[in-house]
Amino acid sequence: MSQSFRLAEGGRIDRSRTLAFRFDGRAYAGHPGDTLASALLANGVHLVGRSFKYHRPRGILTAGAEEPNALVGVGRDEGHYTPNLRATQVVLHDGLVAESQNRFPSLERDVGGLTDLFWKFIPAGFYYKTFMWPKTAWTRVFEPRIRAMAGLGRAPEIADAACYAQRYAHCDVLVVGAGPAGIEAALAAASSGARVILCDEQAEPGGALLAETDATLDGADVASFLATRLSWLQAAGQVTILPRTIAFGYFPHNMIGLAQDLTDHLGEPDDTQPRGRLWQVRAREVVIATGAIERPLAFPDNDRPGIMLADAARTYVTRYGVLPGRNAVVFTAHDSAYAAALALHRAGARIAAIADLRPDPSGELVEAARAAGLPIRPGCTLTGTEGRLRVTAATIARRDGGAGERLSCDLVLMSGGFTPSVHLFSQSRGKLRFDPALDAFIPGEPAEACRAAGAAAGTTSLADALASGRAAGEAAATAAGFTAPPAMAIAVANAPAATGGFLGATPHGRNSGAVRAFIDFQNDVTAKDISLALREGFRSVEHVKRYTTNGMATDQGKLSNMNALGIMSAELGRPIPEIGTTTFRMPYTPVPFGYFAGYARGALFEPERHTPIHDWAEEQGAMFEDVGTWKRARYFPREGETMHRAVARECRAVRASVGIFDASTLGKIEIVGPDAAEFLNRMYVNAWTKLKPGRLRYGVLLREDGFVIDDGVIGRLSDTRFHVTTTTGGAPRVLAMMEDYLQTEFPELDVWLTSTTEQYAVIAVQGPRARDVIAPLVEGADISGAAMPHMSMVECRVAGIPARLFRVSFTGELGFEINVPADYGRAVWEAVFDAGRRHDVTAYGTETMHVLRAEKGYIIVGQETDGTATPDDVGLAWAIGKAKPDFVGKRALDRAAFAGQTGRKQLVGLFTEPGDVVLEEGAHLVTDPDRPPPAEILGHVTSAYWSETLGRSIALALVRGGRDRIGETFHVKLSDRAIPVRLTDPVFYDREGARLDG
Amino acid sequence: MLLIPCPHCGERPEIEFAYGGEAHRVRAADPRAVDDASWTDYLYIRRNARGEFEERWRHAHGCGRFFNLRRNTYTDMIDRGAAR
Repeated sequence: MSQSFRLAEGGRIDRSRTLAFRFDGRAYAGHPGDTLASALLANGVHLVGRSFKYHRPRGILTAGAEEPNALVGVGRDEGHYTPNLRATQVVLHDGLVAESQNRFPSLERDVGGLTDLFWKFIPAGFYYKTFMWPKTAWTRVFEPRIRAMAGLGRAPEIADAACYAQRYAHCDVLVVGAGPAGIEAALAAASSGARVILCDEQAEPGGALLAETDATLDGADVASFLATRLSWLQAAGQVTILPRTIAFGYFPHNMIGLAQDLTDHLGEPDDTQPRGRLWQVRAREVVIATGAIERPLAFPDNDRPGIMLADAARTYVTRYGVLPGRNAVVFTAHDSAYAAALALHRAGARIAAIADLRPDPSGELVEAARAAGLPIRPGCTLTGTEGRLRVTAATIARRDGGAGERLSCDLVLMSGGFTPSVHLFSQSRGKLRFDPALDAFIPGEPAEACRAAGAAAGTTSLADALASGRAAGEAAATAAGFTAPPAMAIAVANAPAATGGFLGATPHGRNSGAVRAFIDFQNDVTAKDISLALREGFRSVEHVKRYTTNGMATDQGKLSNMNALGIMSAELGRPIPEIGTTTFRMPYTPVPFGYFAGYARGALFEPERHTPIHDWAEEQGAMFEDVGTWKRARYFPREGETMHRAVARECRAVRASVGIFDASTLGKIEIVGPDAAEFLNRMYVNAWTKLKPGRLRYGVLLREDGFVIDDGVIGRLSDTRFHVTTTTGGAPRVLAMMEDYLQTEFPELDVWLTSTTEQYAVIAVQGPRARDVIAPLVEGADISGAAMPHMSMVECRVAGIPARLFRVSFTGELGFEINVPADYGRAVWEAVFDAGRRHDVTAYGTETMHVLRAEKGYIIVGQETDGTATPDDVGLAWAIGKAKPDFVGKRALDRAAFAGQTGRKQLVGLFTEPGDVVLEEGAHLVTDPDRPPPAEILGHVTSAYWSETLGRSIALALVRGGRDRIGETFHVKLSDRAIPVRLTDPVFYDREGARLDG
Repeated sequence: MLLIPCPHCGERPEIEFAYGGEAHRVRAADPRAVDDASWTDYLYIRRNARGEFEERWRHAHGCGRFFNLRRNTYTDMIDRGAAR
């Protein structure tokens, strides 16, 4: 298709090269310098989308980030597909493939468009009032249909093929926006010697200057002025200019999030090069030069394709060399529309009429239009438009009433004035101030080290924007500790100030219930919806926003906010500052998830922790499980073995001969110092003073509220040194808690804490023949039963490596845990395994460990406890040092609330009837399984296994008053049946502990 | 991300720190001497202020030390003179 609306000359596009692209399967052509929107307009395409709720045909409304209609899916294939991109921001490249959204089967014939026929029945908030009956229809009928209808665009269905980069940066002055104010601010700051970052969302810096063709600056035309300024900036040395970079969020303490497009504008990007880069910039000072956004006018049927913001139309003519239409009606309350009308007129379009809401428009631009012979109609309004897929006519009438006049047209331009882009300033928690002369909110008292400049600060002329930018740059440099040299003011000619504006719904003299004037194009919110919300009693602007969805999603108030406030103000009879404005939320424009994920994908998403023995286990074919971030060997299946059979075999081996287990993930903390024992006295429930060097004790740690938070075996190496072990997941938490008490509550104690979790590999050798296995490897210690009883330790060598050898058991069998420096872990493990071959040693994993400890009734913190279990609840009251005056949690346990309490859940064992049913962990215990719900829940299953040793299933449970009810029968409710269970003692095997001695 | 002034290491990004809750809550030297109601307050009651708030942070991935600072919980502004 030819570019029949491309002007023969003018604009910042390169007509010498042609770029081919496809939109909805049709081939078009454009030029370098185009956006997708400008290229489509050059081909005469206005219809680009269907609206969110009513599926109304929609055209390109704007020329920037605020675009609500032209949302497109872009990508050459599924792996590079991005939905909901604004065509006004998509840089055209050769081979670009884009599609429209929210339509089926096509933009021209969209089935969803039927919705529009029923618009009177689906006003704002209709979903709060409908779909109430019948009750079952919600899940079966309404919700699935609504879900199918809802949402804009489609998420790509395969993984993102691109990669992304992230970067931190620091600077003295960050300038957001490279329009006239931003460039001047950056120049002023850079000339002071400050390090400056200047970012801009567009492909080339310049902002509004890129569309300015009339003005002269210091005697030069705009293009050469801009080129000179940019070359100065580039030469300044300490300036980083980032085009195609959106400042999407203002985070605390002057951290700004930037999303920089790196390859989207290239035809065939290389996937090894990052698609985009997330910058986290910490700036001493920030200059917000984000410009202003033109407002639509809210008149009936103001949303047809071919209805466009006036300044956007001017931009398409002057910057892109595109005529958006040949016969335009202009509707305005602001001078800038006259500049647009003049630009179109000069480019060859007919201006059918300029309807100005103001009774007596005046000023340089108005006079220029009058001089050019454009038909100005003061005090007039538009009362409606016609045309289904493209506007064909508009009706103009006196604002104060009277008959309308129907004007044929293919383009309607509108301008309700400009809204400063205060999004970033508002995100920074700065206070907005309402400027009655501008009818706009502008930045007031800042919360961060930042300031606004140019149109974002409310300037209305190019000269003011330049001066304001210069001043802001100087102020930022000064605040950052630099001094900018004085600069000459820029002489600006042919760039008159543009003023005016209108807020709210424009007068139209029609039945307001029968017309729709769109306020928020993206969310299909009309003036009528805002009025409805007010009639229904909503008064707060935040409530009106939520009820109507006005300004939600990506709009974030860019186009809709001020007109909605105008309606609220008029109907409530209160001035806008009293109503206030909604909060502007980040991101300013959507940022693809990939930017935030950055490098954290695949193996780098959450790095795994491996023990020194991990590779050995892998070579043996172990199956692993995740425990926190650790990978732990769960079981070691032999060929053809199921997990059940492998675990049964491993259990038998440990009970009958000997097993070897990798316990390296145990948390370890070395506690050293003259007051180490006293510190432990205060932290753990146990008494430590009398524990002799060379002995171990099982320690229980509570939170200050009296509930068990961790446990582990603690060894005393000397009077002043303890080797503390914690649960696998609990080590960082326990160390942080110890540091907290040591630094803030017990600073008088002379103690050092060191995390040693990763310093030691821990090899557990458990079973009646454990001593036989390791004895030949041990040097420098007598490990006989007499010399080294249960719960003792010795420093020695194992397989030639210095070791801390613990005699300890988490299986109930004779057992040792060998702690050796991590680097020697695998070597010692293999030496022990080799020595064990004669004794039929079996490697076992965490699943067998769990079964064996459950047979002995040993708890696992986090499985038998859930943060509400006291030591007594889980049968650990014996561990408490009764004579101690204090320890963490003691005072809480002594509270009357605990002392007087009966019926706390207590740890018991369960035998199922029949014995081959393994319960589900978490299942509830009840007395009468046939009682209809709600039944009284008496407890829950905490652990449940098949016990190979007992030849039946076992479970541990917390049951209300359970210790006094041993022998009674309860029922455990599973999803499909109830299983009778008998309460037993939680120690199922070897209650006397005879096997601990082999 | 907050920029937190560690009194020992200087300003560091928030990611290096762990939050420690409200400052100036003192554990009684002899908890036995404290009545149940006071101990319950100590355990569970916090100011949860909107605005100026004195709180504890630990430079967990730095020097490891706890310290207090005053932060406005609404604006996130930190009183940089008051860090101690």
